[in-house]
Amino acid sequence: MAGISRRDFVKLLGTGGAMSALGLTGCETVPKSKAAPRVVVVGGGFGGATCAKYLRIYDPSINVTLIEQNTSFFTCPGSNWVLAGLRKMEDLSQNYSALSSKHGVNVLHGKVTAIDPAKRTVTLSNGKSVEYDRLVLSPGIDFRWNAIEGYDEAASQVIPHAWKAGPQTVLLHKQLQAMQDGGTVIVCPPPMPFRCPPGPPERVSMIAHYLKKEKPRSKILILDAKEGFSKQDLFMDAWNELYPGMIEWVPGSKGGLVKRVDPKTNTVYTNDGMTSHKGDVINIIPPQRAGEIATASGLTNKEGWCPVNQHTFESLMAPGVYVIGDSSSAGALPKSGHTANNIAKMTAASIAAQFRGVKIPLPSIVNTCYSLVGPEYGISIAAVYRLDEKGELVGIKGAGGVSPRTAGSMQRTLEARFAQGWYSGITADTFS
Amino acid sequence: MRKLITLNKAAYCAAAGVAALLSAVAIQAQEISRASIIASTCYTCHGTYGISPGTIPSIGDLSAERMSNMLKEFRSGQRVSTVMGRHASGYTDDEIAEVSQYFSNLQKRGK
Repeated sequence: MAGISRRDFVKLLGTGGAMSALGLTGCETVPKSKAAPRVVVVGGGFGGATCAKYLRIYDPSINVTLIEQNTSFFTCPGSNWVLAGLRKMEDLSQNYSALSSKHGVNVLHGKVTAIDPAKRTVTLSNGKSVEYDRLVLSPGIDFRWNAIEGYDEAASQVIPHAWKAGPQTVLLHKQLQAMQDGGTVIVCPPPMPFRCPPGPPERVSMIAHYLKKEKPRSKILILDAKEGFSKQDLFMDAWNELYPGMIEWVPGSKGGLVKRVDPKTNTVYTNDGMTSHKGDVINIIPPQRAGEIATASGLTNKEGWCPVNQHTFESLMAPGVYVIGDSSSAGALPKSGHTANNIAKMTAASIAAQFRGVKIPLPSIVNTCYSLVGPEYGISIAAVYRLDEKGELVGIKGAGGVSPRTAGSMQRTLEARFAQGWYSGITADTFS
Repeated sequence: MRKLITLNKAAYCAAAGVAALLSAVAIQAQEISRASIIASTCYTCHGTYGISPGTIPSIGDLSAERMSNMLKEFRSGQRVSTVMGRHASGYTDDEIAEVSQYFSNLQKRGK
């Protein structure tokens, strides 16, 4: 199936004209004031958008500029629900108008190509530069193309990753819709760390829900790079209950590790290339690293993520630069939209406190991740994180954990409703 | 702005609208404290300032006493919950008192 470009995708949604107009006006809003402290935030996902909003909430005298390439943002949370037919792509679309009109954030649509921590400037692809007193980078993830032989950006137009919501989600959805009953869907989750650890099993669940309804003779094969996965017992119990016999999970050591992909024949190879699996639909979620601008700016460690001071979220590589969201490596924090939203608020407080000359409070970070296994079957994992004596963010013992394995249908139904409530809450808290 | 106010009524109303918008943006700076940090973590599910847009209950209008009692009951398991017991177990009595008072203070200042 041919790939869908972002331009085509925006046209499909019928909002291209309005977005272009917004983009032009956005370019006029480079901050001019020298008096107010200036913070530039790069990246308008859950981390960046939240940080921009909360900097203005903590201190409206701060001049905040959010630089984001796109005029709309499709959330990864909820994108698995699209595959099940429970949501439409439009439902996942967020924009930056409230950040601008309600919170006074300067929203600038452009691509940052370089940062200069010594001169305290960022350079845009149009050659313009923007000065800052503090810089916050929230560039999300990028993929390690070719870490799986044969899986590069071109291959992802045939075998989607769908791990950045948007055209890739639509491509995977269309492939599932086009598949014949009795087909095999292969899902290949990456090794840790990666964006949204419970995302792959939720995706499998949502695909299973669709197949059970529309193509009940079909199978799902999970070829996993890992030896286990998030909320594993809960997912497997639910799969046995809701989708018996449909899903097979193969851990890395038992032949799940994918070494090579051939997009021409829709085949993946495991066991050092000795075993082949042909799929009717294949979803490869590739190994990941920090977003490109963080990597290109030398802010990453040898594992490809950005080490930060876990109290303030200032980069350990560049003073005055803060790295938040999935790109940052901060103790036990998982890479999730919820965590990114919480880190963003802590970072906003940390920067506002410095400008105000007051003590930066110790961080308190929460993660809450709901997964839908079926439309009325939800499960969750939660944690509260604090700094330990070594300055590492660790989960508080005795708090958090997963939904009880023995919970009844009432809790599963409530958590399915709360999963949708969580989506409403976090998107409003981030973008409204 | 002064010029606009000397114009006709429609222009005055427009100016007043803009002023209202500006004042909505130019709200006072907020305290930066342990309580503000903890409260902001509640907003992710319960909505900014605890005003929920969805199926998760709003908490922004609870009195300090009621919020504090509820959190302690979630923590002990006395109050049945889906996820709040797992969250509330992460906070001390002092933290619960501070965050409950913080929400109460937000109500007093109309936010």
